[in-house]
Amino acid sequence: MSAALLAAATQTVTTSTAEEVLFWCLAPVMVIAALGLIFARKAVHAAMSVIVVMISLAFLYVAQDAPFLGVVQVVVYTGAVMMLFVFVLMLIGVDASDSLVETIKAQRWIGWIAGIGLGIVLVGVVTRATYPSMTGLATANADSNPVAVAKVIFGDFVFTFEVVGALLVTAALGALVLTHRQRLTPRIGQKERADARVAAGGSLTPLPAPGVYARHNALDVPALDHLGRPLEESVSRVLRIRGQELGVEQFQAPALPSATQTPTLEPGTEDQA
Amino acid sequence: MHSLFSVAVQTAPATGALQSGAWLLVVVPLVSAAILMLAGRRADRWGHWLGVAASSFSFLLGLGIMFSLTSLPAAERVRDLHLFSWLSAGTLTVDAGFRLDPLSLTFVLLVTFVGSLIHVYSVAYMEHDRDRRRFFAYLNLFVAAMLLLVLADSYLLLFFGWEGVGLASYLLIGFWNHQTPNAVAAKKAFIANRIGDLGMIIAIMLMFATYGGVDFATVHGHVAGTAPGTLTAIGLMLLLAATGKSAQFPLQSWLGDAMAGPTPVSALIHAATMVTAGVYLVVRSAPLFDAAPTARLVVVIVGAITLVFGAVVGSAKDDLKKALAASTMSQIGYMILAAGLGPIGYAFAIFHLVTHGFFKAGMFLGAGSVMHGMDDQVDMRGFGALSRYMKITWITFGLGWLAILGVPPFAGFWSKDKIIESAFVPVAGSPWQAWVFGSVALLGAGLTSFYMSRLFFMTFHGTRRWDDGSGAAPALAAGTTVDLRHQHPHESPRLMTVPMIVLSIGSVAIGWLLSLGSGIVGWLEPVTGHVAHEADPVLPVPVLMTVTLALVAFGILLAWRQYAAVLVPVVPPRGSVLTRAARKDLYQDDVNDALLVEPGTYLTRSLVFGDHQVVDGGATGLARLTVGAGSLLRRVQNGYVRSYAATMLIGLIVLVGVVLAARI
Amino acid sequence: MSLTNYLVLASVLFTIGATTVLLRRNAIIVFMGVELMLNATNLVLVTFSRMHGNLTGQVMAFFVMVVAAAEVVIGLAIIVSIFRTRRSASVDDVNLLKS
Repeated sequence: MSAALLAAATQTVTTSTAEEVLFWCLAPVMVIAALGLIFARKAVHAAMSVIVVMISLAFLYVAQDAPFLGVVQVVVYTGAVMMLFVFVLMLIGVDASDSLVETIKAQRWIGWIAGIGLGIVLVGVVTRATYPSMTGLATANADSNPVAVAKVIFGDFVFTFEVVGALLVTAALGALVLTHRQRLTPRIGQKERADARVAAGGSLTPLPAPGVYARHNALDVPALDHLGRPLEESVSRVLRIRGQELGVEQFQAPALPSATQTPTLEPGTEDQA
Repeated sequence: MHSLFSVAVQTAPATGALQSGAWLLVVVPLVSAAILMLAGRRADRWGHWLGVAASSFSFLLGLGIMFSLTSLPAAERVRDLHLFSWLSAGTLTVDAGFRLDPLSLTFVLLVTFVGSLIHVYSVAYMEHDRDRRRFFAYLNLFVAAMLLLVLADSYLLLFFGWEGVGLASYLLIGFWNHQTPNAVAAKKAFIANRIGDLGMIIAIMLMFATYGGVDFATVHGHVAGTAPGTLTAIGLMLLLAATGKSAQFPLQSWLGDAMAGPTPVSALIHAATMVTAGVYLVVRSAPLFDAAPTARLVVVIVGAITLVFGAVVGSAKDDLKKALAASTMSQIGYMILAAGLGPIGYAFAIFHLVTHGFFKAGMFLGAGSVMHGMDDQVDMRGFGALSRYMKITWITFGLGWLAILGVPPFAGFWSKDKIIESAFVPVAGSPWQAWVFGSVALLGAGLTSFYMSRLFFMTFHGTRRWDDGSGAAPALAAGTTVDLRHQHPHESPRLMTVPMIVLSIGSVAIGWLLSLGSGIVGWLEPVTGHVAHEADPVLPVPVLMTVTLALVAFGILLAWRQYAAVLVPVVPPRGSVLTRAARKDLYQDDVNDALLVEPGTYLTRSLVFGDHQVVDGGATGLARLTVGAGSLLRRVQNGYVRSYAATMLIGLIVLVGVVLAARI
Repeated sequence: MSLTNYLVLASVLFTIGATTVLLRRNAIIVFMGVELMLNATNLVLVTFSRMHGNLTGQVMAFFVMVVAAAEVVIGLAIIVSIFRTRRSASVDDVNLLKS
């Protein structure tokens, strides 16, 4: 132990009052939000509460002389990870909520007991342990925190960093592979749709617009064909069902008194004849 | 004891193309066997000749190697051929290598010469068998394994060949395994051999534990200074191995059943070569046995028991091949007895082994020829007067018969008389041994004479006891009511008779040939050691010889009176208690059943019961416990991720709580 | 004011996040609970950084953020693809772990 280190160790660094205030404001919020994870009925609510916890954590990081991590926390967790969660929630269905009936026997009791037990053990250990007095990061962060962290990452941990990079690439690839869906049916393009329509025997052309050749071009007036006969399909199906279609008689061409006698004939067959 | 090795034998590396090529001895038959087994039916037409060629090649190469050794002074005739490093496990390093010395070459020549002849014989004998090619493949496999056994320079490699001949023997006994008795006989031989192999394995382990190596040089070089108990244990275990392979008491029961195999197999494997592997093992381990008198005494006792046992069984059997098998057992008993006598007996054991290989193989081939002419019948009571129909078989068999009886100057005389003499040589410290074992050997000679003459007379002499189709009723023993079998006895083809003739010439001359000069005893000296003329038999040699010959003559006379001079009943008479027992192999199977099989069965049953009740009960109980615990714990595994998270969290709390509690 | 206040606040937030994970069934809300826990740890890191006068804590918080971003991308992609196939965002419907 050099004298300088001893001196550094003996000089006590304390937290500021502002930090204390911040902590006591954020901590209850965080705990309550975290409890929302357990109690929220809907997954979206749970996701929102987790976001609250994470942003609060970012604040705490900044308060703890780790501004770089605070920023990364916001960018990575709230910006990427939680958005991914929400996105997947959207894919799966926002409405998907748990039924509150427990399926595994006694799992709820076991869960609570284990959780509380873990809390007691952890808090007990953390509070009863003896810590060295706080050194503070003032010395380490002399060149600003991001620079100092970068020095450590690209100094001591550069290999780890590369490996982690490889891990990320692998994870991206893995996600692609996992979510890739093998196409089981042939791809339906424009040609296939057209073929299907022909095979179904429907009309290839657009349906005639209402009111054409009629004396009135309102939506509820059927169009007339070249013989002056009204075309039923030119009126919107909705109007026809509702019975709001206007009568054909009043709009058909007057020159054709006998037109009503041949409505059974299809226009096409007549053309061919 | 080691002063006996007056010739300072040094092992030297193999020299010359012939000796370095000794590995071909094993590899050529092995490759031939592989070709025959893999080539399938397309090799049916020429496969048997390939087998003959492979075996003959090994014989010629063996002959060449022998001459390359005889051109050297006696002290340099032990050659080591290092092949490759075989095993290297911890402190155990075993190199695969061959030891070329008079002993192994004697075996090589015996195996390949007799083997080649039997290969030729089999070409004709197995002509009508669909699987002749497979048969030759097995024969070649056997030759390869047997050569590996005798050429190996370590006990481990020897064991490899040992198992190989066991396998070949198993395959050949059960060659016609579509008939259940044959398959059962093969299995019996295999299991009996396994018991012997256990001894071998234990012996090898003991050697490794004691000497740190299993090659002959290491083991034999460090015998001096080993605890006598260890040596005795090794010796007894090796003896157990020998009893298994050589059908000696108490593992002798498989040999009779092994006759289920084709007759050439009986001749080659179960008479001339494989069953003598036990003798080889004992002689090869001479330095060990020399230093373990207790083990050697047991060897002699085993040999003596088997000698008498086989002879008694052989005197009652009516099955031609089984009688010959009993004879084999008895003759190997002679060899084992001789080998157990120590340095004075080793060479004679091998000598008798060689002569026995010739005359017994010859007689088995003769038996095969008889069966060939008599529609595969083996009951001697249905034979008789065959000498008129099968002249060559009769003469060759007769020469073999004279040889096994030990009638001078035939082969058996030279070797068996030496063994009897050696058995009478007093052993320092226990004078009773010479008398007991000498008398047993002598008695054995008389018994041999009786049962072999009985076999010979029943088959070839007397009146015919079969229907020759002429309608003339043969003279039969009074009270015969059974129908005679219709037979057309005829001589066998040339391919079968030629090997028989060659072997019969061997039966006549081999004993005399191998006694020329220093003979086989001198030839084997680098291995068995030089025996200074230490002591004379308790009885003078001429007296012994006379007594032996007198016993032999008595045996022949007795057999003649009972089986040639009178009409032999076709249906076996009830016989005395001993006869009935001997017909059943002196109840050895029953004894085995009562002593081993049934306790084994009970033990197995109780073990199965224990297994079901205790072990299975424990296992299933444990399983049930696990299942129960699992079905309870399964409830925790409900598949809900939140539930798991709760578990984790509670676990964390408990953990932290425990840590905190420990800190406070 | 003692810095312990920040730590207590972080503990409370962490606990609430964990309890959310245990109690809520909507996968997105559960995921937000996880994010809340990560944020709580970040607060602890920043506080200790300040206490020790060492910027490594802040750098660590920075890396946590980056990794959390990657995690969110993947996690949401998973949620979306599950929702597409099962029409549900409830974590209790994804119980294939049990047989």
